[in-house]
Amino acid sequence: MKEFVEGSHAIAEIIKATQPGVISAYPITPQTHIVEDLAQMVANKELNSQFVNVESEHSAASVVLGGSAAGVRVYTATSSQGLFYMQEVVFNIAGMRLPVVMTCANRAISAPINIWNDQQDSISLRDAGWFQVYAEDNQEAVDFHLIAYRLAEDKRVMLPVMVCMDGFILTHGMETVDIPEQEKVNKFLPAYKPLYKLDTAEPISMGLLADPDYYMETRFAIQETMKESIGYLSGISKEFNAVFGRDYKDLLVEEYQTKDAEKVIVAMGSVCGTIKEVVDEQRAKGKKVGLLRIITYRPFPYARVYEALKNVPKVAVLDKAVSLGAYAPIAVEIKAAFYGKKKGPKVASSFVAGLGGRDITLESIHEVFRRLTVKEVNSDFIDLKPELLKEEYGE
Amino acid sequence: MKEIRIHARAGQGAITTAALLGFSYFNEGKYPYAFPNFGAARMGAPMNAFVRVDTDPVRLRSQIYEPDYVIIVDPTLMRGYNCFSGLKDDGVAIINGKEDMELPKLKAKQRVFVVPANEIALKNIGRPLGNTALIGAFAAATGELKLDNIIAVVKNRFKGKAQEGNIQAVKEGFEFVKNKLKAGLSGRQG
Repeated sequence: MKEFVEGSHAIAEIIKATQPGVISAYPITPQTHIVEDLAQMVANKELNSQFVNVESEHSAASVVLGGSAAGVRVYTATSSQGLFYMQEVVFNIAGMRLPVVMTCANRAISAPINIWNDQQDSISLRDAGWFQVYAEDNQEAVDFHLIAYRLAEDKRVMLPVMVCMDGFILTHGMETVDIPEQEKVNKFLPAYKPLYKLDTAEPISMGLLADPDYYMETRFAIQETMKESIGYLSGISKEFNAVFGRDYKDLLVEEYQTKDAEKVIVAMGSVCGTIKEVVDEQRAKGKKVGLLRIITYRPFPYARVYEALKNVPKVAVLDKAVSLGAYAPIAVEIKAAFYGKKKGPKVASSFVAGLGGRDITLESIHEVFRRLTVKEVNSDFIDLKPELLKEEYGE
Repeated sequence: MKEIRIHARAGQGAITTAALLGFSYFNEGKYPYAFPNFGAARMGAPMNAFVRVDTDPVRLRSQIYEPDYVIIVDPTLMRGYNCFSGLKDDGVAIINGKEDMELPKLKAKQRVFVVPANEIALKNIGRPLGNTALIGAFAAATGELKLDNIIAVVKNRFKGKAQEGNIQAVKEGFEFVKNKLKAGLSGRQG
């Protein structure tokens, strides 16, 4: 049913519909509303789940690891420093092939402390062996959680999924969302039946020592699954569309006015809505511009990106994160997609915007298009305030 | 597309105001996007809430710089900050304040309604939370939303005494502006 609802509450509603056996989380802005709502649902007995209160994110991640290892569906959510505090467990969850689903309410990283949105937190954990999908709006954020469980629990996959949604912009934004009915959720997402679990009747060991004779194969196996999963996503998307009537195509990228485009921005998350506004405005004036939205960032859809951009002369990659001292994170992938290939953009410039919640306006996007010239630039910061860059120290 | 910018201090209910406006637009078949922007993330700190609304789902995610409408929940914010910044040439401002308050010079077609929303709230709710009175005033001043619809939304949001009081506050805010308009005052100019 269509509702006017806060993003966080919509996520809590859909998680409730997935009936996780164990939920554990530690509150952190801007994730808090999601887990507050879930805790309330459990307390009200609307949701039959164990909500485990913990003293830190490290423990929250450990609790869902344990719950998943014991064979039940689990859920957690975090942001920023909380995700970093979880980090070693995050790697363990993937290494142990546990189908955990987590929401990352994207937020900047300290120091200086900043509670506002960018995508540095989840992007910094890109190598953990988790799928990462990025929502443009709250409908997607809701739908991607259902798709996340289907993907994670797929017997061919058995890997965790992080659903990333921009903090405040989506988590605290109220908009119209079609919240899937329980009956349809059950149809799309059957009860979780684990392939393996910790069971005293049939004991197994998980996450034990793998010496140099064994370790590499565990990494290789995850790498192979990630590669294969790129193909599974379109199948899951098709089934999703059949039940809910919303078509996310192959779930890898969205091509918006890219077909004949001379200039294309590549971006991820809610900023793509703003970019679409600018694309429409420019198209109305006859300018051939477009947007390539990355939906799935891990595994990275190199082949799809290549197909979408191979005939585009100029590409601007817009990152809401940085890899300090190197090319920006999405820019690296786009450049890699074309290295050694015959076709590809003549210019692939990289821009950084929106760090720590710096508002990305229509004008910011116009500026990206303006700076996308024949001269390639790298990690060019948009909307910097030069007056704040003057250095002043005491004598 | 219409854009509303709400100026308040954290804790004064601006997010609720944005939400109630959003629910009202939603009920009238529109696609609202209501969202906050926190400053210092402390109670009492200046903050904004926004509503952007259209006949199709809203894609634009930036803050609002050129609003059609401004709602000022706390007029003390006008001392240090230009709450009218970017207001459209024919924009409307609703201010929670006293009738004789000082106003900045505005453009010819801009209109301002100073509404004693806190007094209305104190009388009906017992607390100086003028939000619902301001929403009533907004509906009368702009013609954007139907009074019955707002009352239904407020009824759904509050319970018991607070429900009664807030519904009355919506009506009185609405009536206050209606009467001004009847008297031929299409909004004060500073």
